[in-house]
Amino acid sequence: MTRPIVSLSDLSFAWPDQPPVLDVQAFELRAGERLFLRGPSGSGKSTLLGVIAGVLEAGGGEVHVLDKDLTKLSGGERDRVRADHLGVIFQMFNLVPYLSVVQNVVLPCRFSNRRLNEVNSAGGPEAEAKRLLARLGLKDDALISRKVTELSVGQQQRVAAARALIGNPALIIADEPTSALDADSRDRFIELLSDEAQKSGAALLFVSHDGALASLFDRAIDLAEINRATTAAEVA
Amino acid sequence: MGVSIFGLAWRSLMNRKVSALLTIFAIALSVALFLGVEKARNAAKEGFDNTISGTELIVGAPSGQINLLLYSVFRLGNATAEISWPTYEAIAARNDVAWAVPISLGDSHRGYRVLGTTQSYFEHYKYGQRQSLTFADGEMFDDLFDAVIGAEVAKQLGYEIGSPLVITHGLGAGGLSDHENRPFRIVGILRPTGTPVDQTIHVSLEAITAIHVGWETGARNPLADNIPEETIRSFNLTPRTVTAVFVGLKNRATVLRTRRDLNTNMSEPLLAIIPGQALAELWQVMSTAERVLLAISAFVIAVGLVSILTSILTSLNERRREMSILRATGARASHIVTLLIAEAAVLGFLGAVFGAILIQLIFAVAAPILSAQYGVALTGTGPGLVDLYTIGAVTLAALVLGIWPAITALRRSLADGLTVKL
Repeated sequence: MTRPIVSLSDLSFAWPDQPPVLDVQAFELRAGERLFLRGPSGSGKSTLLGVIAGVLEAGGGEVHVLDKDLTKLSGGERDRVRADHLGVIFQMFNLVPYLSVVQNVVLPCRFSNRRLNEVNSAGGPEAEAKRLLARLGLKDDALISRKVTELSVGQQQRVAAARALIGNPALIIADEPTSALDADSRDRFIELLSDEAQKSGAALLFVSHDGALASLFDRAIDLAEINRATTAAEVA
Repeated sequence: MGVSIFGLAWRSLMNRKVSALLTIFAIALSVALFLGVEKARNAAKEGFDNTISGTELIVGAPSGQINLLLYSVFRLGNATAEISWPTYEAIAARNDVAWAVPISLGDSHRGYRVLGTTQSYFEHYKYGQRQSLTFADGEMFDDLFDAVIGAEVAKQLGYEIGSPLVITHGLGAGGLSDHENRPFRIVGILRPTGTPVDQTIHVSLEAITAIHVGWETGARNPLADNIPEETIRSFNLTPRTVTAVFVGLKNRATVLRTRRDLNTNMSEPLLAIIPGQALAELWQVMSTAERVLLAISAFVIAVGLVSILTSILTSLNERRREMSILRATGARASHIVTLLIAEAAVLGFLGAVFGAILIQLIFAVAAPILSAQYGVALTGTGPGLVDLYTIGAVTLAALVLGIWPAITALRRSLADGLTVKL
């Protein structure tokens, strides 16, 4: 067995003055693993990702990301773990509108020296950004030099994927990245993302409400199975 | 590699060009106003201090130092009393006195004061950096009914060499108290000086005596109107009194002793003042108003700075997405804070720099007009340390104010987590 990249135990989370959203006894994601996490909207998926990414602070339990227990780290230290080791792709509007395609892709290298060093040994941030974009099917220089707001949603998502992958992070988190895509582009996007994650050795945590995608991944989990808080919330 | 935090701040601002430009414009206007007031007030003080120079003492009848300065130099208000001709002669004859120029005030022409004096006035009266009066046209008065007019009198009334001029008794609007039976002829027009000289009509002391023949009671004696000019010229026209005396000393170091002497040891009570001192005291009085103006313009800058806050705070709502993308790609709390503070500082800095440039443009356009129309020289209004300090202070203030939106944005991004519901 490879080492775990993410491991949760007895994790709980609640927004202030509200019933708990998350109550997860155990969850594990191993290095290089491609995991599909299914859950309907409102089931706490995004909150769970926020906790794993260290943007939200767990209410209790342990959140291990690369051997570090995030619950024992300060906000700044959690930020550093995220900057160094995580790539994130959102459902849509992933890109900073006033930056170019390449500037968007190299953004994580601005915030993490580890990732900057990583890409520097591979020819520098911009070269690496272009390589990743090409691998994700964005080869055309004219396309790359367009304003990001002029790209199609599918193209934007691939730019976001390149940004998540740059600097070889250990974990890629994708929150419903394909829900705005049509079926063809969706499968193609998952295939590319999945391939690239595997090549760079990153684990992929892919979250979606669409259970039909589960077959494209190594393993699939239903959030409702591991989150004891959801049932309570749904009953209420 | 790509973009620094300042680069991000800059690009983010450029992404909101209209709002950013309006904010910069507001700051620029407020800074231009502030610098304009500050520079104009220094130029005014400079011009004020330059009204008279090279005169060590001004001697008049006892009143107040500012009062004497106002009527003798600024032609404002009236002398409460005069000093006698023998006293003037005694002052002029003193060993420590190099020159003494008598002046006589009290009449006017269409609102402009008439100053009776001697030819030595044009030699000794100096302004600015000891500049002498110079003629734009003509020459100094020679005949009894010659007049020399200041630049503004000539310009406003459209007078030329040879134009006739009727002096009004006192400072009224003319009419019944005109000295119309003794018309003057303009023989000289002075160059602009930016001092009250520009608004003055200069005639000889004898002329002042001559036009008042028949006015001994203070009102017109109709019989005197019939005295022919030749007869008047034959009179002894030496004045009995003068309003004040400008005095130059042989040795400036004796000024305090001479003043004390004039104030205490003369046959009639006198007041001798040192123009520089009196100007400083008068400026003290005026500086209150000028400080109020400066304070108001400082408040306008504060309003400009608040517009930075408004613009950034209102932008935060539509930028929640931008913040969460930056957070997700690894931006730490300190990055978000730096980004927003940098934005505020950039707005403040650019606004202040444009403001400093704007006021220079305004002065560049206004200076020739002010100089030509009013003889006011805008000296010392060029770029200087005050601009640098103002730019620095505004930038710093904007930076400090930027902490507010920075903390607001940070709190929100922490609460939003990785996603923002749109």
